[in-house]
Amino acid sequence: MEELLRIMSEVRPDIDFEHETKLIDNEMLDSLDIVAIVTDVNDEFDVEINVNDLLPENFNSAEALYDLIKKLQYE
Amino acid sequence: MIRNVLEYLEASAEKHPDKTALQDENEALTYREYVTRARTIATYLATHETRGLRNRPVAVIIDRNIRSITAFIGVVYSGNFYVPIDHTMPEERIRLIYDTLQPVAVLDARTDTRKPIEGAVSMEDMLAGEIDEELLGQIRQGAIDTDPLYSIFTSGSTGVPKGVVVCHRSVIDLVEAFADAFGFDDKMVHGNQAPFDFDVSVKDIYNAMRNGATVVVVPKKLFMLPKLLLEFLAQYRINTMIWAVSALRIVSDFKALDAVEEVPDIRYIMFSGEVMPVKALNYWMDKVPGPLYVNLYGPTEITCNCTYFVVEGKQDEWKMLPIGKPFNNTRILLLDEKREKPVTKAGEVGEICVAGTSLALGYWNNPEKTRDAFFQDPTITAYPSTVYGTGDMAYYDEKGDLIFASRRDFQIKHMGHRIELGEIEVALNAIPFIETSCCLYDEARGKIVCFYQSQSEDTRAIVKLLGEKLPKYMWPNIFKRYDKLPMNKNSKIDRVKLKEEIQK
Repeated sequence: MEELLRIMSEVRPDIDFEHETKLIDNEMLDSLDIVAIVTDVNDEFDVEINVNDLLPENFNSAEALYDLIKKLQYE
Repeated sequence: MIRNVLEYLEASAEKHPDKTALQDENEALTYREYVTRARTIATYLATHETRGLRNRPVAVIIDRNIRSITAFIGVVYSGNFYVPIDHTMPEERIRLIYDTLQPVAVLDARTDTRKPIEGAVSMEDMLAGEIDEELLGQIRQGAIDTDPLYSIFTSGSTGVPKGVVVCHRSVIDLVEAFADAFGFDDKMVHGNQAPFDFDVSVKDIYNAMRNGATVVVVPKKLFMLPKLLLEFLAQYRINTMIWAVSALRIVSDFKALDAVEEVPDIRYIMFSGEVMPVKALNYWMDKVPGPLYVNLYGPTEITCNCTYFVVEGKQDEWKMLPIGKPFNNTRILLLDEKREKPVTKAGEVGEICVAGTSLALGYWNNPEKTRDAFFQDPTITAYPSTVYGTGDMAYYDEKGDLIFASRRDFQIKHMGHRIELGEIEVALNAIPFIETSCCLYDEARGKIVCFYQSQSEDTRAIVKLLGEKLPKYMWPNIFKRYDKLPMNKNSKIDRVKLKEEIQK
């Protein structure tokens, strides 16, 4: 989780990823942020986030994204 | 002889008055309506705001909608030039732009106007009036093709953004050169991706205007949802994508073309803004083999693009995609470091300098910066002839195509934007608890790294303060605090040493 928070903060140092829960719904992130985060996550966690995973519910919070990563690693 | 872009619009409106010219999520306008709206806006402007003034800046507060385009063209009909302003930028930056620009009027073209902007004229007010044909006729009578058409602000190293002023003749030159090179026609449906304060959008607006084609404004949020994005392209029958590299990568990075049942029927895929990774391009060419793929290169100062490279077949992943050869009516010189002589040997690196009608008029109200970048062609001494120095270093490959090598200065290309690292440093150094700072670009990872000297470490506070001055794409991604930054012999921050830190 710490690693994920580091990745996300590098992309958007202004956002409090530990507590924010509406990253997509409130349009806090944009497309370039998503690409940057997904690219780094794929590299660091050795997963492949799929286009079908690209849903607001997977990206609204760091915790939701962490759950997705764990799910992908398990598969 | 064409001397004003409005002649394109009027010719297209005469040929296809009832064809859709502009479309967004909320509305569509035919060519006839497009002209009528623009002329109504112009009459209001000329009567109430600009009152006989010519060639003055009119700020247009933009949104991802077609009202922004009609507002631009309304300004053009009034005999003035438009300056797109994105009001989601930090207030401080908008203030700096207004200070430099001193606009004669501000038009609010946003769809959502719940947060009103003081002193701005609303679209509803402008569209409520009639058209004064005689007044607009008089304005047009006096127009010449070197009158400014628009100004777009870009990053400036001293901390103040620079307004690049582009005239009608340069845009006419651009769209004629595109038509020559690519055979554009009236069947094209442009899927506009680029924001209107980004000159990539100029190619959608004016190529479509010349060819009697259609522009569809793609909603911003779709660029987060690549699958829905592809469905949108199919739904609106978009066949032309003149996009930033980063936008095409959203589709390839997520392999979104694998997830849709039907790939969109595209004729042209053109990209610019940064180096296109060959891997991403090969993915596109594999999944969508039909269209003409073109790598476009050029800064705002030479009106969008000066060179192009048509990609034929899949490319070697370890090779860099060439930026190609100049467009018709454009000349490229590769000059040596002192900008005195062209480099002569094949493979030798020189600065890309551009000559031709495509050159911008200069930077608004900034003769000093204009002289630095637009200078006398050193190969010509007998008469005045200007070239623009891009600051991009390149060389010719064995086929005579230009290959980008590096930057000459501290400007970088990050997330599709040209950024002066100096502008970030000025903003950093203004923060009370930062003693001094230095920004470098980690090209391998595509991140801006900030080294700062301070007794306290508080990244979030730095970013919050930077956010008041700089747009998001200019914020550093990585912050490294030092008690004392390393200095070189000349008592300047040792950039070479810090660069080594990054490469470790």
